[in-house]
Amino acid sequence: MTLRVEHELHERRKGRNYGLGLILAGFIAIVFGLTVVKVLQLGDTAEFERFDHVARPQIIPEEGAGE
Amino acid sequence: MSDISVSDHSYEANMGDYFALLKPRVMSLVVFTALVGLLVSPVPVHPFIGFVAILCIAVGAGASGALNMWWDADIDARMKRTAGRPIPSGRVAPGEALGIGMALSGFAIVLLALATNFLAAFLLTFTIFFYAVVYSMWLKRATPQNIVIGGAAGAFPPMIGWAVATGGVSIESVLMFALIFMWTPPHFWALALFVKSDYGNAGVPMLTETHGRDATRKHVIVYTLLLVPVAIGLGFTSIGGPVYLAVAVWMNAWFLKGAYDIWRRTDADCEADKHRVEIKVFKVSLYYLFSHFGALLIEAALRLYGIGGWS
Repeated sequence: MTLRVEHELHERRKGRNYGLGLILAGFIAIVFGLTVVKVLQLGDTAEFERFDHVARPQIIPEEGAGE
Repeated sequence: MSDISVSDHSYEANMGDYFALLKPRVMSLVVFTALVGLLVSPVPVHPFIGFVAILCIAVGAGASGALNMWWDADIDARMKRTAGRPIPSGRVAPGEALGIGMALSGFAIVLLALATNFLAAFLLTFTIFFYAVVYSMWLKRATPQNIVIGGAAGAFPPMIGWAVATGGVSIESVLMFALIFMWTPPHFWALALFVKSDYGNAGVPMLTETHGRDATRKHVIVYTLLLVPVAIGLGFTSIGGPVYLAVAVWMNAWFLKGAYDIWRRTDADCEADKHRVEIKVFKVSLYYLFSHFGALLIEAALRLYGIGGWS
């Protein structure tokens, strides 16, 4: 089945929809960019890994020391 | 809403109409002063975080503009200068403006808090609240001093920029705030003296109409006198320096001379030369703010090479 836009409303609101699409794409780019910058600013691989939401005892010095 | 009722609209708002709700010209001043506040601070900010912070401040300021237009739609419709705004002209529905204002405020504040710090986000929240509620809803229709206290909303951006970088408030950011705060009344009243406004018809008390033009002239000189120590004082802080001080002394002398000239004039003088002095002082007031913040930026740039400031 193919999707076809038939209603004139879609044509009339084309500019608005494209504009909103661009704004949303920009918002995604900002959140992604902020994530990259914030993670890189940590400056330490172990800190990067702590962003992983899985418990990794081996990256915590005190707990990993005995292994 | 059914398709039929949507299709009945003869005009569909486009992106430009929504953008106009954000008062782009006010936003440009906000971006400039916030950027200076951020760049002159002693703490370096990652360029991308700085970009996002300035965007958030600009969007927050725009959102408060949309809330102002939503609340003031009745006044705007009665004044020639503002009758063409998106709501009074029927291009945007009042509810849409309220929704956009609230949504953008929320986005800007939350994103600023996540990207930078809570103090900066709090200051942005307060700025939006101050402009939309304290100025628009309360002061604007209540007192001819509306522009004085309401001017605080326009004075916060450099303080937010500074807070983005440093996470705090200091004498430098307070003086940058004070500079815009004290500059707003003489700047605005110089304009009010030569523009034929219809604020009276709209029920907005303006000093020129409630207290007369002579009282307004006195207010211009008094506020300019109060502005001078703030502007000069900023030159002796850690963000000032010889370049700033030279610019400040020159510009304050120029502005003060203009305010004095306005004070000495009568309505007959104004009619005779078609408000030549008032128009000139208004223009000087624009150069005044731009040159002070520009000079702060020059000092910051010179400091990068070890030659700026007082050290």
